[in-house]
Amino acid sequence: MSITYLEAIRHAQETALADNPDVFIYGQDVGAFGGAFKATKGLHDKYPGRVIDAPISEDAMAGLAIGAAIEGMRPIIEMQFADFSTVAFNQIVNQAATHYWRTNVPCPITIRLPSGGTPGSGPFHSQCMEAIYAHYPGTIVMAPATVEDAYSMLLEAIYTDDPVIFCEHKYLYYHLKAEKLPRQSLPAESARVTRSGRHATIITYSAMVHEALLAAESLKEDGYEIEIVDLRCVKPLDTETILGSIARTGRMLVVGEAFPWGGVTAEVISRISSEGFHLLDAPPARLNARDTPIPYHPELWRYHRPTANTIKSAIQKLLKD
Amino acid sequence: MTDIASQNTDDGMILPEAFNNAFRWMVLARTFEEKIANVYRAGKIVGGVYVGRGQEAFSAALAVQLQKGKDIYAPLIRDMAGRAAFGEPVIDAARTYMGSARGSMRGRDGNIHRGSPREGVPAMISHLGAMISVVSGMLFARRLRGELGDTVGAACIGDGATSTGSVHEALNMAAVEKLPLVVAIANNQFAYSTPNTRQFACKDLVDRAIGYGIEGTTVDGTDLADCLQGFQGAISRAKAGKGPQLVIGTLLRLSGHGEHDDSHYIPDEIRASEIGKDCLAVAREKLIAEGWNTEDDCNAMEKQAAEEVENAILKAGGEQPPDPYSHDWNACSSERFRDNLTDQ
Repeated sequence: MSITYLEAIRHAQETALADNPDVFIYGQDVGAFGGAFKATKGLHDKYPGRVIDAPISEDAMAGLAIGAAIEGMRPIIEMQFADFSTVAFNQIVNQAATHYWRTNVPCPITIRLPSGGTPGSGPFHSQCMEAIYAHYPGTIVMAPATVEDAYSMLLEAIYTDDPVIFCEHKYLYYHLKAEKLPRQSLPAESARVTRSGRHATIITYSAMVHEALLAAESLKEDGYEIEIVDLRCVKPLDTETILGSIARTGRMLVVGEAFPWGGVTAEVISRISSEGFHLLDAPPARLNARDTPIPYHPELWRYHRPTANTIKSAIQKLLKD
Repeated sequence: MTDIASQNTDDGMILPEAFNNAFRWMVLARTFEEKIANVYRAGKIVGGVYVGRGQEAFSAALAVQLQKGKDIYAPLIRDMAGRAAFGEPVIDAARTYMGSARGSMRGRDGNIHRGSPREGVPAMISHLGAMISVVSGMLFARRLRGELGDTVGAACIGDGATSTGSVHEALNMAAVEKLPLVVAIANNQFAYSTPNTRQFACKDLVDRAIGYGIEGTTVDGTDLADCLQGFQGAISRAKAGKGPQLVIGTLLRLSGHGEHDDSHYIPDEIRASEIGKDCLAVAREKLIAEGWNTEDDCNAMEKQAAEEVENAILKAGGEQPPDPYSHDWNACSSERFRDNLTDQ
């Protein structure tokens, strides 16, 4: 039996619903219909009254979750697409993220953001929102790249006493499969060295881990051993693991699917440049989506986000520096 | 002496008693805010001062009928009277304004941005309308746990907030979820300097209730008895499972938006109109005229309020401000998820 990334997300929610009566799911079409992507399929019937359809009101959905969290519940909010969470932006960054700081009362909410591009999804069903939420103090931002992480990190998110923005990648929903769900896992806040190498490090997260793996495999044919660090958690950033990798390789390329300006790749380069400048043998490089809205047509989309090919080219350039 | 029994309303509220009770908190709120405005003018307040002058009756009439420890109350910036009626000690208000480290917000937030969420008072953020869905969430959680009982949740907003998407989403959602929610809209005619004519084009705000499928009532915000009865009806309907209730108070803000604002834009004819009456003066007059209380008792109440306020402000003013060096600069409660920003 194999389990997809999407099924792992459903299993994690089911585990939480079964284990803790304080957990409930609120979101558009999550009830009997099972969610736009079927991430809550079957849960409505199994946990009556705890998997609830919401009106199309992202602001009020987030507000409701915050109120429930104040009362000690652990709500999971499914945004139908990460892109629509901007309607709830105010509640998330000004209410949820400031709550513990202002009142000393934690706000344990999990906001699931089906993120990232798939062919033909266009500008408003493809976005990666991790950087804008990570920008605000008081948030935790997770972006799992594997089936196992999707399961274990979502469970950790639900049991964390702070607002967690859970960026799950739609491209990975059906593409990724694992044989079984993990019993134990690396803590969510730790980055993972996904592939060992010695010539350069690719630091990335979410779906881009898999593009990086393809690029590394291709570069192996040219005799290059490329290390890959999967950030897993975008905030907090596990700079120790990154620095450890740079100490081994001396070169870094940071890859993200999000827009370039002020994003996760910029943050990683900034941190590593100040904390590990002496470890670098070449200027740090980064690769992001282009600085335009996300195109609809698959031919344009393919050239908008980083891919194994563009990552490979960027590494070849980095190795020459 | 009026026959007290004849003043009972349908749900058992004894009007003279409720009236006296609300009046006491109105006096306390007015006294506190006049004092804190003076302290502001003396340059001793960091940040702004926002008062509820003219809105005390509407504010107290709601909160005096809620029960701390059971009900939920989300006040807004002009609800000092309601906060006091719901049980907020004056010292909390004084500490938050004066920036004492011992206030409920510990210097991390100030003035009217205070609350005690675990005691049913969420701490307002500045974004208008954002607290309604939070109150809904608190009610929702209690219902999921089977602990709702006859709890009622109340959220206060003004006419300006009714233009926000947040209010629309929250009212619609609360109606869909059939929550025991009372939303109080203090229609004080101006949102900062913007008159209602530039805020909404509907004939009457109460008509919006129809659109949400909920019940709406309008009360005379200058008349404490009318406010008490209006809220009493709304609270009992919410408790009886009739869903969210909208209560609009027609009144005038008898101050600027904040103490920095001289409100010169409010035309004299509105100030001189019926809605420009001072609810506190009107209530005092009625209290004595109806024989529900005496002039002497009112004087004593005012004297006591003045002493209480004076003591609270003196005490809070003498307390230590927050210390940036020993401060816990962590925005996350979970230690393992704190970001290791070494360049800070």
